[in-house]
Amino acid sequence: MQKFTTFTGIVAPLDRANVDTDAIIPKQFLKSIQRTGFGVNLFDEWRYLDMGEPGMDNSQRKINPAFILNQTPYQQASILLTRHNFGCGSSREHAPWALLDYGFKVIIAPGFADIFYNNCFKNGILPVVLESAIVDKLFDLVTQKTGYTLTINLQDKCILGENNDSIPFEIDEFRRHCLLAGLDEIGLSLEYSDEIKSYEQKQKLQTPWLFTDLMES
Amino acid sequence: MAKTLYDKLWNMHVVHDNNDGTALIYIDRHLVHEVTSPQAFEGLRLAKRKLWRVAANLAVADHNVPTTDRKNGIADPISQLQVDTLDKNCDEFGITEFKMGDIRQGIVHVVGPEEGATLPGMTVVCGDSHTSTHGALGALAFGIGTSEVEHALATQCLVLKKSRSMRINVVGKRATGVTAKDIILAIIGKIGTAGGTGYAIEFTGEAITALSIEGRMSLSNMAIEAGARAGIIAVDEKTIQYVKGRPYSPTGKIWEQAESFWNTLHSDADAVFDMEVEIDISTLTPQVTWGTSPEMVTSITGLVPDPEQEADDVKRGSIEKALEYMDLQPGMAISDIQPDVIFIGSCTNSRIEDLRSAAKYVQGKKIAETIELAIVVPGSGLVKQQAEKENLDKIFIEAGFEWREPGCSMCLAMNADKLRPGQRCASTSNRNFEGRQGQGGRTHLVSPVMAAAAAIHGHFVDITENIEA
Repeated sequence: MQKFTTFTGIVAPLDRANVDTDAIIPKQFLKSIQRTGFGVNLFDEWRYLDMGEPGMDNSQRKINPAFILNQTPYQQASILLTRHNFGCGSSREHAPWALLDYGFKVIIAPGFADIFYNNCFKNGILPVVLESAIVDKLFDLVTQKTGYTLTINLQDKCILGENNDSIPFEIDEFRRHCLLAGLDEIGLSLEYSDEIKSYEQKQKLQTPWLFTDLMES
Repeated sequence: MAKTLYDKLWNMHVVHDNNDGTALIYIDRHLVHEVTSPQAFEGLRLAKRKLWRVAANLAVADHNVPTTDRKNGIADPISQLQVDTLDKNCDEFGITEFKMGDIRQGIVHVVGPEEGATLPGMTVVCGDSHTSTHGALGALAFGIGTSEVEHALATQCLVLKKSRSMRINVVGKRATGVTAKDIILAIIGKIGTAGGTGYAIEFTGEAITALSIEGRMSLSNMAIEAGARAGIIAVDEKTIQYVKGRPYSPTGKIWEQAESFWNTLHSDADAVFDMEVEIDISTLTPQVTWGTSPEMVTSITGLVPDPEQEADDVKRGSIEKALEYMDLQPGMAISDIQPDVIFIGSCTNSRIEDLRSAAKYVQGKKIAETIELAIVVPGSGLVKQQAEKENLDKIFIEAGFEWREPGCSMCLAMNADKLRPGQRCASTSNRNFEGRQGQGGRTHLVSPVMAAAAAIHGHFVDITENIEA
């Protein structure tokens, strides 16, 4: 995973609450067995006027000019500003994969759905939770000046606006550490192999029914 | 100190406490399906990692499988490739899989409990948000993303942050015709789709105890629609009777040991929760969603809301967008909404009791002429077999329904079962998001008996008005 330190980018305002993962990446694209290539179908049903299917030449499709990511300069946006409960619904990690593949590295909202929030960190995306009133203010700034940029400093846990106003944000220390170092979480957990093994030995004696093997006889 | 059920389940699975609110938690059971696993297996191969405990995993293809004739495989080559990839990965890594054609194949959250593969006291994960279903058995069960699927395969553990605890106490006696589905929709309507974010919910109270295990599964299933990853219910005698005698359930001495342990799986009387919610269902009526989020729900006797009445800007905007998408007028009676399609199925409502309740309503009746398609999709091959033993298939077919093969089907429309743009569906599934059942499709979430009644009458009806007790 790529390290995340300080990041500056254009902010795209997506003024909707409860954006679900079906909207972020519709189900027909989940048939892919790859991790990449989802960016062209990010927000497919809002972004295009026709019905999207896997394997289509997306450059030939009719785009919806009213959708924010189809308006200049948001094709180059890398920070998404949105509303409450972003990423609700399905656990599909294809949602952060699609956002990342499009170019989003940071998502700012008053709140995220749990599984989506968690999935972001596994892919080097930083989801930032801010109070609703601050998000409202950011929406004002971003809609008043097209192409408004923010700088996110994960080391110091703050966001800088174009006027250099600093907005602090909170994040779990473990998650911050993993993002900053670009750590492989599986490798980290495997360092506890001995503890996992002794846990298993202990539990097999205490609660043997938890270890029923699901093997075909 | 008094412990909640969630505390007990969490504590017994801690392998290593990081002392920062997170811990390495052991995973007893990992369920695998075709959509969220291929990239995880690929990751293992790239890193040259093995499975930690092969026999802890159970796989089944459910999202892409056709519900019509399966003799010629899957018509869509991309869907076929995804199912083939699961078969190949399971063969390569040695994971037990119920393949298409196996009588035990079905929706992963129906199959797990049915096989006794998910048991009280277990930690259960799956790359699927509706893993919360298994919480009905007193298991700590929650959905994960593909990176965590890979993590669970490689380590049999996950690094987790402990959730806050919420108790939703459901009191009162359900009126006849009001189901677990109506209770959970009412709960979501009350606390909102983000109400449970950051929490593990425990459902308690006389109304929960009164539910069958299958009803409890419908309830826990939709904890995620209330924002909570896990929705757990204490073990009682019904749980133990449900689990007994299933293929992977313990037997003999180990059963006795398990049973006495399972009887401790409830919150202590004086346990303290971070949040308490109480809901009285004694006057609850059947629920119908009118919008594009499960919290946009009201009673069958209610009206489509008027956005003008909403003071909050963001909420008003959401209602306006939803009504436009759903093509509904403010103030319209819910009972005047006319579905074109009826879908009875999904991990929420495709178990035998769901099919029985719908069949009982349609027996001897015919679906309305305006209904373009009505399908019943059993949750597993074994549910289908049981239903056929009881002749439920004949009842449905005579009424004008199609009787299908098991799978996720029109709940998320990854297979061929999907709504056309503009079609309106009475659906027993769990999500009414835009495009969920097919691009431009409109979903109204209801219970199985409410879907059955809408099929017969051609519009939603209050089934509690004249239902046999």
